[in-house]
Order: sequence, then C-alpha cells, then structure tokens
Amino acid sequence: MLTKRIIPCLDIKDGKVVKGINFVGLKDVGDPIELAKKYDLQCADEVVFLDITASYEKRDIIKDLIARGASELTIPLAVGGGIRTLDDFRTILASGADKVSVNSAAIANPQLIEDAAKEFGVQCVVVAIDAKKRDDGSGYDVYVKGGRENTGIDLIDWVTKCQSLGAGEILLTSMDADGTKAGYDIDMINAVCQVVDIPVIASGGCGSIQDIIDVFEKTNCDAALVASLFHFDEATVEDVREACRQHHINVRRAK
Amino acid sequence: MLAIIDYNLGNLKSVYGALKRIGLDPIITRDQDVIRQADGIVLPGVGAFPVAMENLKKYDLIDVLNEKKEQGTPILGICLGMQILFDWGYEVEKTAGLGFIPGTVEFMDIDEKIPHMGWNQLHFNQKHPLLKYINENEDVYFVHSYYAKCDPQYLVAYSDYGKANITAIVANKNVMGCQFHPEKSGTVGQNLLKAFKEMISC
Repeated sequence: MLTKRIIPCLDIKDGKVVKGINFVGLKDVGDPIELAKKYDLQCADEVVFLDITASYEKRDIIKDLIARGASELTIPLAVGGGIRTLDDFRTILASGADKVSVNSAAIANPQLIEDAAKEFGVQCVVVAIDAKKRDDGSGYDVYVKGGRENTGIDLIDWVTKCQSLGAGEILLTSMDADGTKAGYDIDMINAVCQVVDIPVIASGGCGSIQDIIDVFEKTNCDAALVASLFHFDEATVEDVREACRQHHINVRRAK
Repeated sequence: MLAIIDYNLGNLKSVYGALKRIGLDPIITRDQDVIRQADGIVLPGVGAFPVAMENLKKYDLIDVLNEKKEQGTPILGICLGMQILFDWGYEVEKTAGLGFIPGTVEFMDIDEKIPHMGWNQLHFNQKHPLLKYINENEDVYFVHSYYAKCDPQYLVAYSDYGKANITAIVANKNVMGCQFHPEKSGTVGQNLLKAFKEMISC
C-alpha cells in the first residue's frame, strides 16, 4: 500500500537556505545540502528545493547544489522556482533533480506542461499552484508572481487542465493558510482532490504535527509539504511518522 | 568494474552516487569495449519505453548487452531500465524490448492515482540473492505509470497498489531488474545495491 509522504521544503536564495532556521548540528550554516541530508537521515520521503534567487545570472548556483544533492541524498529531490522554459527543465533534470515544479510559467504557457511531460515523462512534471478563496466564497482563484497577481483563473478549471496536459503531480499552496500555522486548507485540498486523479501535495499552514494528521485524515491528498515545523526543530520527520502510525495513517517504515 | 549504461535517458548522477556510497567505482559509459570488460552492468532509465529502445539502437548497444547477458554478467535494470528487459512495451506504441525476461510492460489500468508515485512496501514472491539484506514490508520509492507483467517464476518481489500487484523486483538468471529506484530508496535501496555488488566479482 502506497504511503503518505512527508516532504520538507527548503527556500533557497543565492545558494543558502533562507527563512529562520535552527542550525544546530549542521556543519555548514545555511547549506541546503547539509539540511537536506539531515532530513534524509530522518527518513523524509522527498525533499523540495524552492529557488527564490532573484537574478537569473546567479542561477548556476542552484545547478551545483542539485548536482551535490543528487550524489549525496538517498531520497528524491524536487526543484522549483524560476522555471520558465523547456530548457530550464532540461538543465535542472540534467543537474540531477528527479522532479521539476513549474508555477507562473505554466499559467503563461500551458503548453510547457505538455511539452515537458512528453520529453521528460509525466513523473517529473509538478505543477505548483498558489490559490486563494474568492471574497464571495464562490471558489478559488489562481495567483502568480509569488501571490501578487490574481490571474482570475478558477482553481478547479486549472487543475483539471494541468492533469489533461500531462502534469504528474499538483503542489497546492493555499495562500489563505500559508504562514498562519493554523493548519492546512482542508476545504481547498478536498476541492482539488475530488477532481484530479494525479497525486496532490498539500502546502501552506502547517504549524503542528496534528495539522499533518488532519490533512491526511480529512483529505485524500498524497503528501504534506512542511517547512518551519522542521526547520525550527519543533518536530522531526520521525516524530511526525510516529504520530501518523498512532493514527493508523500509512507512512514509510524506516529504521 | 561496474558499467552504468549511458544511453542519454534520464539522470545518472543519483545512480552513480548511490553505487559510490557502497564502495563501487562505476564507469558511466556507452563505449562497447568498456561495456565488454564490465563485471556488472546497471541499466538505468527514466522516460518512455520507445525512446529507450531507440536510443539503445542509436548508440549500437543492443548486441553488446546481448553478449553480456549470454556470458552471465550480472545486469541490473532500474525503473525504465527494468521495463526494457522484457519482450514488449505498450507505452505510446507497441515496441520490442530487449527480451531478456519473458513478459510485457503495460499501462497500470487500475482505479488508483496514476502515476504510482511514492513509497510502497515490498512483498516477497521467492527467495533471491538480491533480497539478502532486505526485509519483507520494507518501503522503496516508486514512480511509474506502466508496469511489468510476467510469469511468477521471474517475479522476486511485488507491491500492493489498490487491487493490483505491482511488479517490483524481477530476475531471470543473471538478468535482474527493479521497478523502484534503489538509488532513491534510502537504506533499503542501498541494501539492494549492496547485494547486487556481491554478485559482481570485482
């Protein structure tokens, strides 16, 4: 039986992990690989690198990081942030990533999803979506540019289209829940899981182990993206897995 | 010497890194002379079945792989590299595989989310040296939409996905394959590679 996945996400800028991180026990402060290896040792199911490097010139740094990650990590590595073209996909995959996540560029050019799926296989095409509930409560709108711009596109229409174009997975971030640490957006995740047959990663709002239990018990999502809970050492991946087991949620049996 | 076959299909860095970690010094190659001298062969692969076979032909690797199979050299296919060991694949269009293991590779036509992506438990169908360091029910990382169908005599281990048994490890004499990614499967995957290493006399 397929297990639910617990996925730490690292925000990386100019080759360093950003956001407040508790660095205890890490050899190189802010080194994404050291942090990723720590999560690997805790038996995380995957790791996500989200590159928020602003300048395009500095993007070679992420390539080197991915190459190190590919040779040193024993779990899958997904990379997102600033992916615009098929060439970007090629570069990131050739550097050693297992999956590439694409966000704004897929909205601007949905054909990119289909082209990438054809060339590299659906399994490595993750479409990341930032969405927010409409003020009138009639549904959700998809946002781009880090949540600054409302596309006016309906979330349900967009995920359905992503699936038909060949997306292998949806990484769904609720802008309403993100940063609140008040729990995942159960309603939004359910709305998406009901209309797609591809895996869905829930993101945004995780503030406790219980939030992860809730998202697995109350939705049909496949994975939970976790950032600060792990980065601040409030919980280890193993703590989360143990709690899941107690709730009869099927998770990886490691160590 | 262990050869990782480079036929321009997916990233080889992780496979290379995983084999390094268990003390091997593999060579990534598409050079027939190097492959001829190999004591063991790893055939990786991510992508689509027809492209994999096309690339093997393009780089003129099919004959040398046949030679090594006949010589009894241990060969391990990973993911798509395992799928092309079979007779036929049905991804995109019906395509002949290497035919090293009798069977076909078909779309996972089941009522579950596709791709089958994530960690799933291994169940053993028969004893095999590849399982030397692995326990029943340990998890490994899968990501695929097609799966192999073969006679149980070639099936070493499988995983449950919905109502389907997903072929996870196969073997036909010196030719072996795993659908999951041992290089992405933590210590369990490393233990499978360790067992493969012991079959290689180098």
